[in-house]
Amino acid sequence: MGASQSTESNLTARIQRHLSKIVVAPSFAASLFFVYGFILWTGYMAFSKSRMLPVWDWAGLRQYERLWQMERWHVAIENLLVFGGLFIVTCLIIGCLLAVLLDQRIRAEGALRTIFLYPMALSFIVTGTVWKWLLNPGLGLESMMHDFGWTSFKFDWLVNSDMAIYTVVIAAVWQASGFVMAMFLAALRGVDQDIIRAAYMDGASLPRIYFGIIIPSIRPVFLSAIVVLAHLAVKSFDLVIALTGGGPGYASDLPATFMYTMAFQRNQLGVGAASAMMMLATVMAIIVPYLYSELRGGKKNG
Amino acid sequence: MYLRKTILATGVAISALATASFAHAEPTAEVLHWWTSGGEAKAVAALKEDFEAKGGKWVDSPVAGGGGDAAMTVLRSRVLSGDAPAAVQLKGPAIQDWAEQGALADLNDVAEAEGWDKVIPPAIQDVMKYEGDYVAVPVNIHRVDWIWANPTLLAKVGATEAPKTWDEFNALADKLKAAGITPVAHGGQPWQDATVFETVVLGLGGPEFFQKALVDLDEDALKSDTMKAVFDQMRKIRGYVDADFPGRDWNLATAMVMNGEAAMQIMGDWAKGEFLAAGKVPGKDFICSATPSEHGYLFNVDSFAMFNVSGDDKVEGQKLLAELIVGEKFQETFNLLKGSIPARLGVSLDKFDDCAKKSEADLLAAQEAGGFLPSMAHGMALRGHLSGAIVDVVTAHFNSDMSSDEAVSRLVEAVELAKD
Repeated sequence: MGASQSTESNLTARIQRHLSKIVVAPSFAASLFFVYGFILWTGYMAFSKSRMLPVWDWAGLRQYERLWQMERWHVAIENLLVFGGLFIVTCLIIGCLLAVLLDQRIRAEGALRTIFLYPMALSFIVTGTVWKWLLNPGLGLESMMHDFGWTSFKFDWLVNSDMAIYTVVIAAVWQASGFVMAMFLAALRGVDQDIIRAAYMDGASLPRIYFGIIIPSIRPVFLSAIVVLAHLAVKSFDLVIALTGGGPGYASDLPATFMYTMAFQRNQLGVGAASAMMMLATVMAIIVPYLYSELRGGKKNG
Repeated sequence: MYLRKTILATGVAISALATASFAHAEPTAEVLHWWTSGGEAKAVAALKEDFEAKGGKWVDSPVAGGGGDAAMTVLRSRVLSGDAPAAVQLKGPAIQDWAEQGALADLNDVAEAEGWDKVIPPAIQDVMKYEGDYVAVPVNIHRVDWIWANPTLLAKVGATEAPKTWDEFNALADKLKAAGITPVAHGGQPWQDATVFETVVLGLGGPEFFQKALVDLDEDALKSDTMKAVFDQMRKIRGYVDADFPGRDWNLATAMVMNGEAAMQIMGDWAKGEFLAAGKVPGKDFICSATPSEHGYLFNVDSFAMFNVSGDDKVEGQKLLAELIVGEKFQETFNLLKGSIPARLGVSLDKFDDCAKKSEADLLAAQEAGGFLPSMAHGMALRGHLSGAIVDVVTAHFNSDMSSDEAVSRLVEAVELAKD
């Protein structure tokens, strides 16, 4: 009796000791298989001769060669650089500015904050469709200005192959800058008020305080914001589909839309997989240094 | 006593019948398609009714979205897991792709019994057969090379009919433009750009050139001066469309012709459905005319490919379905709803409109003259990766100020790259 009780409590203790591991195990196994397993599989597909159906025949680097010979892939990569760069920089500037302005203890701050943050709650498809209507020369802004009598007004970026990618930037910035603002606002509120007061006592001007003290002290938030925005940029797909459909022609194609076209519309699984691996490499190039610095920082603190 | 015996015998007979019908389950067919809206959905419902009236059990698997991309993704996983649907909406060389994988069933016994070889146009038979065996059945013939015109707008510049040559086309369009009318309604989506492109190839190069360039992908044809002239003409057409064309859906472009906002649209005969749905009368409210060419006719044929299934009930269901699809009754009902013409010749067209009758007459003439050709833009002539490569160049040229010389050299390059 006593012995069985002790084994029982022994077991309970053991379960308790490992409870966290047991709880995490299924989701760990699932993500191991469904995320990393499929990354490996895609990685292999990029080296195979796959076209319509996945096959295992080895093709070496041929799919990557074909990928980089495709005019359309170069357009997609250039668009990603233009879009990603402008999107991140503009979001940071607008988000930071909004946060600083909201931080001035103004009236109705709660309401304004909600208004700026609200676009983030919309799906990219909705954002894309609305901006498509707004920017269409025959329906939206341009036609409205013409109706007001300003007939020389011209804003045809959406239908201009050189400018179409910038309309994607506009819509994406509209959607994401409120979110960046919220991040900055939280950080601004966390800055030690005593330092600011001390600086104020010393006669520093408000801009000086912001540029000299506050913004440097919230530098980690910049890093987080950049990482979040960068991966949004690399994976953006629905926004382009809804806004421009990749057009005119394929002028506003991004790597994600390119991958979809090749893998699911053109029976080019191999090239599609190769482009997916290139996207993964892009994200890795951003995330790995970030994780590295984070983890090292953690050790230092611990 | 006699009565009792009869009752007993009847009882035995009934139970025997019941067992028999249990043993022979009803013919079953699972149909994977993406005809989920409007006239197309009605057309599928008509087939389902026919099939069930013949005692079959219809398992509907509609996968909407992406113009069939979503359905193809489903199909891939179903075939890989060894559980293919009996019939799949599939067209053009995609049928050959699947047949090469050994996934398609042989329909030769039905074909022989029904005499398909005699009623289906030979060019379409080629699409439906793999190594001489029927593996798919056609449901309709859409013609791609149509001009849909608004007669009121044409009358404003003194024209009574659609142009017969591309020079006439340009002259008419210039006149329309000078009169402040948008000459061409167009939607700037890659497949629509490609639709216009292939009608120009057919018109300027002739059927033989079309075959060489867009079916056989002959390099000399692709980089010929004729191809340059085609791109020159595309550049001209670019000048005839309104400023807001990028991204516009084809039916909105059709509506522009209908509402008098633009004079002509180059589009397949699914556009006719839009006119008819709005209560317009062919010949009076709108003109249907072939795009300029020498007895050319570009076909776009929808079909069902029959996949390997196991089990007698499923095989039987598949054969019944194939027989019904090519049957005269279904071909008539379906095509009346879809706006195309029957894929078997000799079906009476009494119930069809004038454009459909013209379509069949032109088809026969084109067949005689060797101009009955598969559409490239609609996936009938080439496999997806090849036509995709061509469409990329066509749409890039149409939407930029690329020169015809550059377009031609890019075309050759893109085709070469996609081939291997």
